[in-house]
Amino acid sequence: MSPAKPMPASAQQAPEPDMAPPSVNMAASGEPNLAAESATKISATDLNFHYGSFQALHGISMKIFENRVTACIGPSGCGKSTFLRTLNRMNETVRHSRVEGEILLDGQNLHSFEVSEVRRRVGMVFQRSNPFPKSIFDNVAYGLRINGVPGGGSPSRGELRDAVEHSLRRAALWDEVKDKLHQSAYSLSGGQQQRLCIARALAVNPEVLLLDEPCSALDPIATTKIEDLIFHLKSSCTIVIVTHNMQQAARVADYTGFFLLGRLIEFDETPLIFKNPAQKETEDYVTGRFG
Amino acid sequence: MSPSLHLLRRKAVNIVMLTLTGLCTLIAAGTLVFILGYLFIHGAKSLSWNFFTQLPTPVGETGGGMANAIVGSAKLLLIASLVGVPIGFLGGVYLAEFGGSKFSFVVRYVTDLLNGVPSIVIGIFAYTVIVLPQRHFSTLAGGLALGVMMIPIAVRSSEEFLRAVPVSLREGAMALGASKSQAILTVVIPAAKNGIITGIMLNLARVAGETAPLLFTSFSNRYWSPGWEQPIAALPVMIFTYAISPYEDWHEQAWSAGFVLLTLVLMVNIAARLLLSKRKHVAR
Repeated sequence: MSPAKPMPASAQQAPEPDMAPPSVNMAASGEPNLAAESATKISATDLNFHYGSFQALHGISMKIFENRVTACIGPSGCGKSTFLRTLNRMNETVRHSRVEGEILLDGQNLHSFEVSEVRRRVGMVFQRSNPFPKSIFDNVAYGLRINGVPGGGSPSRGELRDAVEHSLRRAALWDEVKDKLHQSAYSLSGGQQQRLCIARALAVNPEVLLLDEPCSALDPIATTKIEDLIFHLKSSCTIVIVTHNMQQAARVADYTGFFLLGRLIEFDETPLIFKNPAQKETEDYVTGRFG
Repeated sequence: MSPSLHLLRRKAVNIVMLTLTGLCTLIAAGTLVFILGYLFIHGAKSLSWNFFTQLPTPVGETGGGMANAIVGSAKLLLIASLVGVPIGFLGGVYLAEFGGSKFSFVVRYVTDLLNGVPSIVIGIFAYTVIVLPQRHFSTLAGGLALGVMMIPIAVRSSEEFLRAVPVSLREGAMALGASKSQAILTVVIPAAKNGIITGIMLNLARVAGETAPLLFTSFSNRYWSPGWEQPIAALPVMIFTYAISPYEDWHEQAWSAGFVLLTLVLMVNIAARLLLSKRKHVAR
């Protein structure tokens, strides 16, 4: 972990007046009271993203509010996952990719941080659960061993044990695995594996958690568990979720952004998006007329 | 041609082809069974405890064994591993994780070529590099020749098993703040570990039977080889020497040596398959 940098408290960022130049995307809904009740955790401005010669994102401007759940919806290939993966700079690993525009994390440019610090502060859970071929314990402890503990040095056994238990409890998995922490993570069911991946991401205490279609491979019961989890986690974490499931977005998200062909068509409070969208495309999509 | 005649023709062709392909399969598998059976009958007959514990006897005396050749093969394979495994494994890591596409293509092509080089030519290489300057045969030269033979397959098998590790695992590690090299060291290589070890075992089993590169590098030895600088006996070379000798007793011993060598290779093969079959369940 890099030495402690002065982190601007997010409160300092709130008054920044020019955060949302009413871009084309937001023109219709404007940005009414979005920021009134919560500070901005991440703010993307005029974000373009290219895979080689293909431009996947066109001028995305969007804010992610602290301790809120923000959903990104839209048909396949609309760029919502790409957008998510720019928020922890995961897209940098793609060859020949290029990003333009600005992303601020707590008001500081995302690219001014060490990439490992970004990834620690902005955790990610993937579409397909991807536990490491290690024990359950080692999966959750992985991030702590890689990053060290706050204050430097590698974590002691006791610290690791406590942190692993705490993370598994936060991911509502502790009771199911406490007696088999040293079994392979592959012995768990699909839903448990996905919660294990959430626990693994939580272990390093991320400020933001990015969920990339976390339930798309899960049955309805496992999905309910993850949604409950999201609801509980938002008190301690800022959450961005990409989902294909509009009911899911309606259930868990405070804010929803609708993406289409690499553009952010509309971004607003979730009830407005689903009940009273300002854009024709949004209405067509949420009413199931296409996509 | 009337439809029924057409049908008859098709049926006839079918029967002929089925017989032909079946026969060829039978011959292919049968050859192995025949070799195994023949080796077992001849080799097991004269195999005794002495074979594993005694030195070869002088010409004219019966009895004795090939203890020195068994130890010799082990020593040669140890040197071969020290040469072939690190180079092959690290080369594979580079190709799988860091190599640009053009460079990797060239390296892959070159390793495939190296794999196709006749083993006797690799023997000449070791002969020129070590035996000629030192002016005597040595264990080191034989081990080096076998090690060079291991490199191409070690590179390719390590690369293949590393590539087979899903991207999602690398991403998972990197999403937790791991650098690329940390992700490779702590997630990718452990995930590919069993496969890589399997590849190395099969590779070792393959070069264990090589004779040609040893003929003028480690040569052979009727006695224990005192160190790494002296000529040393190896099972395949002993088989060669004993099989072309005029003595009936030596022929028997050659059969036994062949049987022992094949058994060892088979055991390594089976162990490797077992290891690979459970690679999905790596616990702590």
